[in-house]
Amino acid sequence: MTMLEITDFGKRFTIHHLGKTMPATEHINFSLEAGEFIGIVGKSGSGKSTILKSIYRSYLPDTGKILYDSARFGLVDLATISEREMLYLRKYEIGYVSQFLNVMPRTTCRQLVINALLEMGETEEVALIEAEKALAHFEMNPKLWDSYPNTFSGGEKLRLNIAMATVKKPRLLLLDEPTASLDQQSKVRVREMIEKLKNKGTTLVGIFHDIEFMEGLCDKVFDMQTRELTLAKETVTHES
Amino acid sequence: MHEEPILQVRNLRKQFGTGCKQCSDIDNRNLEKNFCKQCGTVYACQDISFDLYPGEILGIVGESGSGKSTMMQCLYFDADVSSGEAYISEPILAGKNVFELSSQQKRSIRNHVYGMVYQNPVQGLKMNFSSVGNIAEKLIAAGNRNVSEMEATSKRLLESVHIPIHRMKEEPRNFSGGMQQRVQIAKALSNNPPILFLDEVTTGLDLSVQANVLDLIKNIQRDLGISMIVVSHDLAVIRMLADRTIVLLNGEIIEQGLTDQVLEDPQHEYTQQLVYSLL
Repeated sequence: MTMLEITDFGKRFTIHHLGKTMPATEHINFSLEAGEFIGIVGKSGSGKSTILKSIYRSYLPDTGKILYDSARFGLVDLATISEREMLYLRKYEIGYVSQFLNVMPRTTCRQLVINALLEMGETEEVALIEAEKALAHFEMNPKLWDSYPNTFSGGEKLRLNIAMATVKKPRLLLLDEPTASLDQQSKVRVREMIEKLKNKGTTLVGIFHDIEFMEGLCDKVFDMQTRELTLAKETVTHES
Repeated sequence: MHEEPILQVRNLRKQFGTGCKQCSDIDNRNLEKNFCKQCGTVYACQDISFDLYPGEILGIVGESGSGKSTMMQCLYFDADVSSGEAYISEPILAGKNVFELSSQQKRSIRNHVYGMVYQNPVQGLKMNFSSVGNIAEKLIAAGNRNVSEMEATSKRLLESVHIPIHRMKEEPRNFSGGMQQRVQIAKALSNNPPILFLDEVTTGLDLSVQANVLDLIKNIQRDLGISMIVVSHDLAVIRMLADRTIVLLNGEIIEQGLTDQVLEDPQHEYTQQLVYSLL
């Protein structure tokens, strides 16, 4: 089953104070089956994040289609779906993870994960248990559970973000440079986390500037430079 | 997804002044911002339309003078509209433009359907009544007559906004700004309104108290599923609270969208300036 299909996607930014319109990316085509993990690679500024943010509608797409097979609405175009429907999908079906935290002030790490569940209508008891499970699963140090995340490191913020997104059991999870600016050890943990998510059947789209690190984990790789989608296994055999 | 909006506003207009030849053409008013230089008429709200859905927080941002507060005053019947319609999805109000109802019917909507929290607590509270009395006043307006029940409700509400029990009988004029704002929120919630208006509620509060009030508002949305319109000039407040956001400029809606989209990918020149100014 095709979960996500992007056809001839393009996005421009009009900057009024410069009187200019700048293309961020154009002619993007790829598709993704349920349960697959696609890695998007390319240099900084090549438009990787633009694609991801447009799927999540943090950016307003201009051209092309972003077809998503929703459990609730069936096949929908995320580029034109109503705001209320997109909010529903964000709440129940599509998650977005980055190293940047943007959360309610003065709320503990534990409470943030609980809130993510309460928002979906879970009961307090279930939310409490599930939140602790998620924090433990992604190896968040229990000493940090009741502190405010302002002072968390990049890796810790990422783990909190992953816990907040995955407790909702999203069908599609978008990972925005989850390994950027992390040291080798933290990267290995991120890789393990992604592996766990994939084993649970989550469909994943991730952007990376160094794909070698994800080798063996991605099913497909989309290269921003060549605009080509390759099956990851092929690249592995080429290299070996 | 078929969803019925709880409040529909269509073509709301509010002008101060009678207008003249130069500014009476609706499509071409020749205004300086929202002001007619010829006759001095101010067009505070120009053709505002939007839907509010059950359980959502709708953010309204804009600079001072953009028409945010005027719009709220019109919706809450504090001011009459010049023209426009609003529909509330309550069985007894079905198909009725609430702006055209009698003042008695409007009062009934304020007592049973609406809650309002003003920027200045003086407008929402009787400063020389006790806090419990303030809430009881609203409960009585909503048809409640049982004194012990009203006192219990007042206590529960004031507790939920963290007013210490031993100060509940005190008059709000003795309270700090943040406490007054919380009493006002408790009062606005006392009739279990399905729709709550919040006008610049955190403006002028220090950051720590602001965090308290934001947390309180978010909890109210989550636990009670109340629909809210939050007006603020503070983008950070809107980012924390609102699911969807409308940007007003000179009384007109210039942009609307998902809150993070409006902040990360603003389309209109003014919104871009606003976002670039964010600290």
